[in-house]
Amino acid sequence: MPYIGSEDTVRDLRRVLSNPNVQSDQLRYRNTILKVIRAMSQGVDVSGLFSEMVKACATVDIVQKKLVYVFLCSYATLNPELSLLVINTLRKDCQDPNPMVRSLALRNMTNLRLPSLVEYVEQPLTAGLRDRAACVRRVAVLGWAKLHNLQTNSEIDAAVVNELYSLLRDPDPVVMVNCLRALEEILREEGGVAINKPITHHLLNRLKECDIWGQCEVLRILQRYRPQSEDELFNILSLLDVSLISPHPPVMAATLSLFLSLCSGLPAVGLAALERVRGPLLAACGNTSREMQFTALCHIQLLLRSLPGLMGEHYKRFFCGYAEPAYIKQRKIEVLVELVNDDNVAILLDELRGYCTDVNISTAHAAISAIGRIGRSYSDKCLEILTELLGLKQEHITSAVVQTMRDLVWVCPQCSRTVCSAVEGCEAEIQDSQGRHALLWLLGVYGEQVSSVPYTLEVFIDGVRSEASVGVKMELLTATVRLFLCRPAETQDMLGRLLHYCIEEETNMCVSDQALLYYRLLHCGIEETRKVLQCRRSDPSLGVLIGRPAEPINQWSYIFNTLEPLRPGAIETESATIGGSPEHMTFDPKPNNDLSDTLSYSFGKTVRSVTDTALQCTDSSSDALTASVSAPLSLSLSPALSPEEFEDLWLQQQALHVEQGPEKIKAEENYVYMEEHVQCPTIFRCSPQSLQAAMQLVNIQTLAFTPPHTLPWRVYLYTNTQNKHSADTCHGTLILGELLYTGEEIQKKSKDEENVGVEARQDKREEEREEDTAEGRSEKERVKKNTAEKGIKVTLKQQPRDEKALKGFLSVLTTVLHALSSEK
Amino acid sequence: MISQVFILSSQGDHLIYKDFRGEAGSDVVNLFYEKVTALTGDQPPVVMRHKDVHFVHVRQGGLYWVATTTADTSPFTIIEFLNRLTALVKDYCGSLSERSVQMNFALIYELLDEVVDYGYIQTTSSDILKNFIQTEAVSSKPFSLFDLSNVGLFGAETQQSKVAPSSAATRPIQSSRDQGGKSEIFVDVIERMLVVIGSNGVLMKADIEGEIKVKCYMPTCSEMRIGLNEEFSIGKSQLRGYGAAVRVDECSFHQAVRLDEFDSLRILRLCPSQGEQTVMQYQLSDDLPSAPPFRLFPTIERDNGGRLLMYMKLRCDLPPKSAGINVSATIPVPKGSVSLSQELSSPDQSAELQPQSRAVVWKIPRFPGGTQLSALFKLEVPGFSSASMLEVGPVSLSFELPKITATGLQIRFLRLSPFQPGPAQRWVRYVTHSDSYTIRI
Repeated sequence: MPYIGSEDTVRDLRRVLSNPNVQSDQLRYRNTILKVIRAMSQGVDVSGLFSEMVKACATVDIVQKKLVYVFLCSYATLNPELSLLVINTLRKDCQDPNPMVRSLALRNMTNLRLPSLVEYVEQPLTAGLRDRAACVRRVAVLGWAKLHNLQTNSEIDAAVVNELYSLLRDPDPVVMVNCLRALEEILREEGGVAINKPITHHLLNRLKECDIWGQCEVLRILQRYRPQSEDELFNILSLLDVSLISPHPPVMAATLSLFLSLCSGLPAVGLAALERVRGPLLAACGNTSREMQFTALCHIQLLLRSLPGLMGEHYKRFFCGYAEPAYIKQRKIEVLVELVNDDNVAILLDELRGYCTDVNISTAHAAISAIGRIGRSYSDKCLEILTELLGLKQEHITSAVVQTMRDLVWVCPQCSRTVCSAVEGCEAEIQDSQGRHALLWLLGVYGEQVSSVPYTLEVFIDGVRSEASVGVKMELLTATVRLFLCRPAETQDMLGRLLHYCIEEETNMCVSDQALLYYRLLHCGIEETRKVLQCRRSDPSLGVLIGRPAEPINQWSYIFNTLEPLRPGAIETESATIGGSPEHMTFDPKPNNDLSDTLSYSFGKTVRSVTDTALQCTDSSSDALTASVSAPLSLSLSPALSPEEFEDLWLQQQALHVEQGPEKIKAEENYVYMEEHVQCPTIFRCSPQSLQAAMQLVNIQTLAFTPPHTLPWRVYLYTNTQNKHSADTCHGTLILGELLYTGEEIQKKSKDEENVGVEARQDKREEEREEDTAEGRSEKERVKKNTAEKGIKVTLKQQPRDEKALKGFLSVLTTVLHALSSEK
Repeated sequence: MISQVFILSSQGDHLIYKDFRGEAGSDVVNLFYEKVTALTGDQPPVVMRHKDVHFVHVRQGGLYWVATTTADTSPFTIIEFLNRLTALVKDYCGSLSERSVQMNFALIYELLDEVVDYGYIQTTSSDILKNFIQTEAVSSKPFSLFDLSNVGLFGAETQQSKVAPSSAATRPIQSSRDQGGKSEIFVDVIERMLVVIGSNGVLMKADIEGEIKVKCYMPTCSEMRIGLNEEFSIGKSQLRGYGAAVRVDECSFHQAVRLDEFDSLRILRLCPSQGEQTVMQYQLSDDLPSAPPFRLFPTIERDNGGRLLMYMKLRCDLPPKSAGINVSATIPVPKGSVSLSQELSSPDQSAELQPQSRAVVWKIPRFPGGTQLSALFKLEVPGFSSASMLEVGPVSLSFELPKITATGLQIRFLRLSPFQPGPAQRWVRYVTHSDSYTIRI
């Protein structure tokens, strides 16, 4: 912090410090030094006083010495030369009969952090290791660690390391623990201090002598130990059992961590340990320190992932107190959701309902969405509460309730009737884009059930010019088209206006591309549009059962007792994915709608089902394929595939077929490899956004693509098919695909064309793309000799084998590609 | 491993800054404060991150106590350490405030130097530290007997001070050695109530968390014996005696407590070290040995003029000789309530509408047992609808009950060993706080 008049302060202080009268008066001298330190901790730069302070160091007054050392250690790195002057005083102090003076000198000598002083420090440090007083040995041991870190590249002195190992037997427990710490730092390159059987047993036996900090350190380091036999393991565990229920949360947590790492092969023992810490953890939740309560809560959330029933009967301990800070309340609400069962659901909902009107808006939202989560199992009661909350007619509550209802309907379609009647007429209260986004989705999907929808949408369409959120505009488009499908007469006019606006006037590429897509789709005919757009109303991956399966402890044990669980949202996002449904992720893209936003948006997009027959009205270029398709096929994005998984699968399958010649279809025992050419040479000019949006619409996920106008142009994508051959059997396959365009002759032409709709964007997936291009290289060569054609080469890999589905997929893909290229 | 420790005032002034490992720059202090002020919420999250630097902080005495560390450190350890550091500073400086930290910065630097070396916690035991700490504390307040009347236990302004010399508990421990301070020992039984009462008057949740704290102002103390109620029992099965048992569910002790006489005689033996320490912690869940101390009988209606009428009757069910002090009831009211008119039954009570927290706060300085108070609040709520009624409630009470423990735990006796050098004054104090006392409407 800049301090006005700091130069004057320093000048005054210097004058006083160098005044011989002051120097002779101990009390005045000390008080002046105090002033210097005070100025220092307030942020004034007092480094100019270094030489005066060095003089002040030579004194018998310990308090003054300590103060001067505080100063010196802060500024030594700025004045390495002057610091040399201090070293003599310090070395003299190391010989002092008073152990306190010795330890003080030794500690500050090593705290100066000057590599140039190392040669002077080593000798006193060596002597310090053999000092009579434990407090000097403690300092000396850590001193070696400091020294080592000052000059990390110098080689490790084996004699020192041996000495430190032998000091593990020191009678003073702090010296012992410090030895562990020092060795851990000095031997970091070798993986830290060696933990063998004798050392482990020695440490365990002396655990009781240490204070809680020492215990935590020892327990942490012992995590590296692997017992040699089961007997030994159980001996250690029974020795540790006392610490497991220690009243000190740090010891309890460190012990549990050690337990979990020792028992990683014995899940049953691990679970028993979790049961055992329930008491101490609950006690920590009632700690006087809010911060400690919070830490305990976050770790309870971890434990619940493996033992959902752990806290069942103690749910009342997680009720929020009135004066608790928001961060505790929100964690408690998250825990409460996990603890719901038939017996306590009424009480819990009653309690949660009380939090919904909390003054803190984010707490209120957390409570509302918690009710929504509980609603997946107990929908009637929860919907009652949510409907009641709508009656409050408060902006933020209504918005949160609508979002919650949307999420609820997605997993429990049976609630739709109640939800539809509830959301009617609440559009006036919702101001934020996320709430409107949710409302529009509901209105679009359940348009036929709510009588007033056309009027509501009309209001939105009239205001579309002033709408700032891209997400809302896109949802509005979808909702209007959907409504048009079920209530054409009322909607036709406004749909026309909306499409006109979006295509002609809208500047955002995403919105106008989507509008164009719908426009073309409508050209194909109403039936086709319906087949494409008629969305699935519920999460297909979710059955009746919502309970989350218990995770193995290993899933989280590595972050137990670290800062990770305390990070905001660390657990929450986990639980959302564990919940099993692709939640409708809401987003508000920034004005310069970059790619990463689009990606996150499209991941959360609702999954639509598509039937290939809808797209059969396409070119005859893929006639051979369309002919063979007869069974209805639906594509879906779940289970989602991460880029890494994709790469693995792709490479693995490539290895299998690389030797064999390029034939049309290669059938292995469980997967199909296929190459096909599609004639649509302009596709590579279309923007990634529109490509992605179009693929999303038919449930194909694009994972990576090269920027437009670059050759070779390629796209990687995947999807899952669910092919219903007959009523009873239904099996899914995974299709991975690559689109490749090498076309040389067009290259020249394309250069002249201006870069339409290509915005500079930062692509977070850059690396993935590079990887993909690299792995695809071998294939490129093969392609070159194989195809002299101008078309897009489609390489598909399917697992398990299902040719019909594959062909169906190819026809869907072809249709999309044609639709896209005709756009340009 | 702790990289840096710093103490910031709530305005962001640097009070103390100590870098143990020299790994990160000193600009982290400003970084931390920027992060804290950038947040809109009422309280920042305990852990914040900037690149590789992780900030862990606790708030005590209106100050931020911050440690920077790496991601794999145990949060339990860091938070416990910071709490222990605040306790040490409180012991050594007498009280925790911006002023006392500012005045005793030299002492705090000295403490930090002894407590942590190279980011590793060395010791936090005041018995060991007292040999090393040389700087004397500067009391932030001149000591005078007149202060006794207005400084309460735990810093609250209470009438407690009439029975206990509570200011004595806010003086530095070292003064006993040098300034000829009195040899005193305080044993405090502090309980916190977490209660939820349903709208029908049924107890929905009742937890009590309690602790026995010993604050010792004696330079050396050999052994003391604390006798608890003989009928004190732990757990549900173990009932003792025929009288009303004092029962707790779980109980844990400080590691220095010797329990050889506990099972038979309920006596805790310990050699207290200087300063404050929690000797015993206990909790009782889902049970309240006596009736809940306060009951509320609300009537809420809408009058013809569209105003909200809240008629509140609050009854104190304590024994007649006891009283609750600093009772304050917070009644959430509908959003947008503008004006409040009130009718209170006595002039020392007060009530005000706090638009920020959307609540009416009704304050009663002293509430004797067995009495009943009533208040009528009229609120002007524009756009009042029937749904707005839902926003009223639940009422939360905060209070302090001196000389009462909710569990009934008592200290039978407090004996110091006969070999004590010089006479020592012994004090036993009881208090029950409301941690969270909610009454649904």
